[in-house]
Amino acid sequence: MNLTLKVWRQKNSADKGGFETYQVSNISPDMSFLEMFDVLNEQLVNSDQDPIHFDHDCREGICGMCSLYINGKPHGPKDAITTCQLHMRSFSDGDTIVVEPWRAKAFPVVKDLVVDRTAFDRIIQAGGYVSINTGGVPDANEIPISKEVANEAMDAATCIGCGACVAACKNASAMLFVSAKVSQLAVLPQGQVERKSRVENMVATMDAEGFGACTNTGACEAVCPKEISITNIARMNREYFQAKISSKKI
Amino acid sequence: MSWLTETLTSTPGRKVIMAATGIFLILFLAVHLTGNLQLLKDDNGESFNIYAEFMSTNPLIQFVSKGNFFFILLHVVVSVFLTRKNQQARPVAYKVPVKSGTSSLSSRNMGILGTVILVFLIIHLKGFWYEMHYGEIPYKNYDGHEARDLYAVVDAAYSQWYWVLIYVVSMLAVAFHLSHGFQSAFQTLGMSHVKYSPAIKLLGIAFSILVPAGFAVIPIVMFFN
Ligand code: HEM
Ligand code: FES
Repeated sequence: MNLTLKVWRQKNSADKGGFETYQVSNISPDMSFLEMFDVLNEQLVNSDQDPIHFDHDCREGICGMCSLYINGKPHGPKDAITTCQLHMRSFSDGDTIVVEPWRAKAFPVVKDLVVDRTAFDRIIQAGGYVSINTGGVPDANEIPISKEVANEAMDAATCIGCGACVAACKNASAMLFVSAKVSQLAVLPQGQVERKSRVENMVATMDAEGFGACTNTGACEAVCPKEISITNIARMNREYFQAKISSKKI
Repeated sequence: MSWLTETLTSTPGRKVIMAATGIFLILFLAVHLTGNLQLLKDDNGESFNIYAEFMSTNPLIQFVSKGNFFFILLHVVVSVFLTRKNQQARPVAYKVPVKSGTSSLSSRNMGILGTVILVFLIIHLKGFWYEMHYGEIPYKNYDGHEARDLYAVVDAAYSQWYWVLIYVVSMLAVAFHLSHGFQSAFQTLGMSHVKYSPAIKLLGIAFSILVPAGFAVIPIVMFFN
């Protein structure tokens, strides 16, 4: 396959940045999108140019590190996969592909296509955990959890925190991410101890980081590589108001 | 900040204000339409005028009406805060806009649709509500019932094609605003359930077609009569 790529290049967070056009040829349709980028970067390095910086780690759709806004869609044209799982056979020979970084005030560009997603880490630090006292390994089945509840928690816990929801949302809202993280713990017995403070603190941090509000457009769930449902957002709203009304924190 | 102001100024808090006021306005629209449909009765405005007289003088209705004004104002003011925060959240736009099909057109344009509704509301209130409360509309006597002839004011307006057009276009804006807003309000209030959400969505579509259509039919019929 021969392709034209229009890629966002930006030296650092202070640089204005702009699009550069590159040609790649003899790309195998069985390559992943990131492997195609590897080929392009090899070309760039061989001609003494700065390679394109992009995030990646596991390259098997589980770590949430890869990003890329490809032709108007986070993680590219296919549903329910990450960019590292996207194959070049999803494109046609001669295509022009526009690649942009996630765009959000809370996700500033570090370099080229790499954005700083530590805002998500700070939201998790605000409450996305359960406090467990260290000690011996607890007995299996000591805390009974029904299959239905386990499924519900797991459906939310599949969120890999990639930020595609923020990237797709017209408001750059982080509600899908935060609600998944609130939900996975709110439905489990282990999550009850910090249930109220968790949602209060995570929402406060989300707002302080500069993410937008949720207009319920559903763009987030449409692009989520893990198909997290916006039902979680409704649950987080319930959790938030119940916590705000009943918690002892003034 | 107290916990209450913190709650109501958080993004979910602001959205809950939008949803609660929005649902109140939806109920208001339903009541308003049932009243307006009397304009189509073939009695030269008698039942409509008696109804309008009752609505504009009954203290309980007037109390609810004040609430209605307040909720419209709240809905608009909070929407400005939300829209500003949402715009600030993405300072650099994408070169390729987000692929269509991931969200509905209405849901992406709630602010524009709302602005059209707001402009209409101002014109509409000036034309009818203001006239009824502060204007000089002559009284008519209906079997001992004194009622101002608001019907004549409405009839005069809707004999002009451009008022009919403004009205119909505004009802389109209401229809699109509610085609997203109706179900969205329930989601915001935390009501999402496999059993009930599909029914709410269906009800929302039905409401956002039937109610604006009902409103729009009135000036069209009056124009051609
Ligand atoms: C007939 C009058 C109106 C009705 C029945 C109505 C109803 C609603 C409803 C039910 C929602 C959904 C709330 C939610 O998502 O939880 C909504 C959202 C919204 N309304 Fe209205 N509305 C009306 C007039 C207006 C006006 C005059 C404006 C002003 C400019 C406006 C601006 C908005 C905006 C911007 C949103 C989206 C907020 C967001 O989710 O970001 N609306 N409306
Ligand atoms: S690189 Fe790990 S999910 Fe794509």
